[in-house]
Amino acid sequence: MTGTIGHLSVLAAFLLALLGSAASLAGGLTRRPGWVLAGRNAAFAVFGLTSLATLAMVYALVTHDFSVQYVAQVGSRETPLFYTIISLWSSLDGSILFWAWILTGYTALLAYAYRARYPALMPHALGVMLAVGSFFLFLNAWPADPFKPMFPVPENGPGPNPLLQNHPFMGLHPPLLYLGYVGLTIPFAFGIAALISGRPGPEWITAIRRWTLVPWTFLSLGIIAGAWWSYEVLGWGGYWAWDPVENASFMPWLTATAFVHSIMVQERREMLKVWNLTLIIATFLLTLLGTFLTRSGVLASVHAFTEGLIGPLFLGFLGLVLLVSLTLVAWRSDRLRTEGQLDSAWSRETAFLLNNVLFVAFAFTVLLGTLFPLVAEAVRGVKVSVGGPYFNSMNIPLGLALLFLAGVGPALPWRRGTPELLTWKVVVPATVAVVTAAALWALGVRHALALLAYGLAVFAAGLIAGEFVRPARARVAAHGERFPRALLNLCLKNRRRYGGYVVHLGVVIIAIGITSSSAYKREAEATLRQGERLSFGRYVLQLDSVWARREPHRDVVGASVSVFGSQDPITQLHPRLNYYPTSQQPIGTPAVRYTLREDLYLTLLAYADDGSTATVKAYISPLVTWMWIGGAVVGLGALFALWPGGRRKPVSPTGPAVRKGRQRARAAT
Amino acid sequence: MSSKARRRFLWMAGGVVVLGVFGYFAWGGLGKSLVYFWTPTELLAKGGSAYGTAVRLGGMVVPGSVEWNAETRDLRFRLTDGDTTVPVESRGAPPQMFAEGIGVVVEGVFTPAGVFRSHNVMVKHSSEYRAPEPGKHPAEYYRKLFRSQASP
Repeated sequence: MTGTIGHLSVLAAFLLALLGSAASLAGGLTRRPGWVLAGRNAAFAVFGLTSLATLAMVYALVTHDFSVQYVAQVGSRETPLFYTIISLWSSLDGSILFWAWILTGYTALLAYAYRARYPALMPHALGVMLAVGSFFLFLNAWPADPFKPMFPVPENGPGPNPLLQNHPFMGLHPPLLYLGYVGLTIPFAFGIAALISGRPGPEWITAIRRWTLVPWTFLSLGIIAGAWWSYEVLGWGGYWAWDPVENASFMPWLTATAFVHSIMVQERREMLKVWNLTLIIATFLLTLLGTFLTRSGVLASVHAFTEGLIGPLFLGFLGLVLLVSLTLVAWRSDRLRTEGQLDSAWSRETAFLLNNVLFVAFAFTVLLGTLFPLVAEAVRGVKVSVGGPYFNSMNIPLGLALLFLAGVGPALPWRRGTPELLTWKVVVPATVAVVTAAALWALGVRHALALLAYGLAVFAAGLIAGEFVRPARARVAAHGERFPRALLNLCLKNRRRYGGYVVHLGVVIIAIGITSSSAYKREAEATLRQGERLSFGRYVLQLDSVWARREPHRDVVGASVSVFGSQDPITQLHPRLNYYPTSQQPIGTPAVRYTLREDLYLTLLAYADDGSTATVKAYISPLVTWMWIGGAVVGLGALFALWPGGRRKPVSPTGPAVRKGRQRARAAT
Repeated sequence: MSSKARRRFLWMAGGVVVLGVFGYFAWGGLGKSLVYFWTPTELLAKGGSAYGTAVRLGGMVVPGSVEWNAETRDLRFRLTDGDTTVPVESRGAPPQMFAEGIGVVVEGVFTPAGVFRSHNVMVKHSSEYRAPEPGKHPAEYYRKLFRSQASP
């Protein structure tokens, strides 16, 4: 029954999305308001239907309705309720349903928010959104139908993939990632709408500012949450391994980040029209590629993906999107001429151009490293993987250059800066950075790259701080406000700019965390008898006991380890190994003592059958916590920039009055 | 050439040069950090050229070949694919599920001494997803733990 309701909802949603897409696009081209309205109403109805389908799936999962095949695949009566609900996205069919639900949700939200605005663009944008939606709903209706009936109905199921039911972050990381991934369809749809309607000017950029920043924020937080999840679960003391699955989420983030910056150039200066379209098309293609990589089985073996229908369908859709997009860009190339041009090398535009080059180069190296093994296997029949050294050797220099730009960019004015202005702003932060690096060297930090990274981080943070302090002081002088008040007013008046600067500060904090934890990670391993001690860094670890516990959905073996600092007990940690019925390998739960200064991270590798000894691996990684804090700062900065109210009027890019006013404002600061 | 066309040409030429240099480095870096998935037979067939290449070697642990020295933390065993057998040396305790006769993947390099020096021993698990057989719970390894002590 539940299965039937779900399947019918998906079918109806698919048909309606297809019709709505056609109506919306045709209505936009022929300017028939009736068709446009039909398209918009279809967007709402489709979301209603996918919501019903998703609800049906969650209901089937929670009630253990094993007559639904998906439930029989990922459900079990023993799985705790929380993991039962989130197993909605623990396997292929359900995750595509979840994807379609989010996409149609975004579509409905967009249709409502812009019901009276952007009349030239909206019908096309909605048409594109519904078309993409109908592709995912098509997958859900046939090749990845989660509501397929199961016969005979089994008594119980295996439960979700052990890795996905081992940590509560699995309830956070995938939804954030999906909200980011799927949300990037919106700027893509507007880009296509701008091409179809022949209006690649500032209009579509204004329309998508927020609709780009929202998914960008979700994607950023999703990636951070994913890194934290792998730190908490995978048990090797690290958080990022350049695994193809990780890269799949990272590549669209890189191009989306470039896009978030480059649209500001088009907004202000009427430049980079083709470039912005290319970037957002590339970003959307990379999200599809990422889904293809993670969902088709192609990573296990190039030849695996043709066994299912999903892989070829995704590849076909990818090709179709590429073809349509390129055709549209070529068709509209006469309207894509740039009107503005670079006035000065010492301007923010230049910083953004460099930023874009670096981000795209970054994305390219990750793409090359991710796809190379697939190509090698397909062409030469060799199974290879690309090791971390490749990614590090390419991306550390790019990352350091971006860290530099994160500080310099905000310090440069639009249009015309001068070397003198920059020098004036740079002197203090550069001095502080050099002094910091020298002090760290004196304290015994000898890692050259780490010293460079710390110096650049301090430099960038100093430059950004200057962008807060100087104008705030000017306000103090001009309005007689007290400094904190002036700072607050300044930020509230320019939410987008200062929110962006806070995001940059978050990135600097993350950079410090990455540098420290990768340059100064230490590890030790020992097999301890009960009561035996191991000295490690400034800690002494003592094995207290090895224990076992049976839980409904798994068996757990753990070690209790007392941690002493010199002699005083600090805490007790309990690294565990979890045995799930469906996994031949135990899944670990490392135990971490988080501090701002360093993390002590313990994993249980092995134990004697009688519980007399345990083999424990311990890691000390400095400043890992800074990454999670930096992630929160990024989120808060983005939220500040996005907070409704104080909506800015679109910037008129070339008006002389505006320019003069701005110069006056700058002279005052 | 007009100044605008010249500017455009310079931009494009600069772009091509930067891309070329970048691509050169990327390609070179890629070649140096490839890790090959080989079986013992494939490894030995490479002869001397296999020395020093980063390899993931997959095979079965030969029963009776495992020597674990808890003092020096040295692990030695032989790895076979049925036709060819390669001796493996590794430092550090083997993972919990490591046992004789099971499939493992070792990551490391083949040395001219004819020994594969591994820095990472992974128990090979099929990602295949199986329903539990009725009445049967997972591995037997920790059964004794359940018998010997009460849960905390």
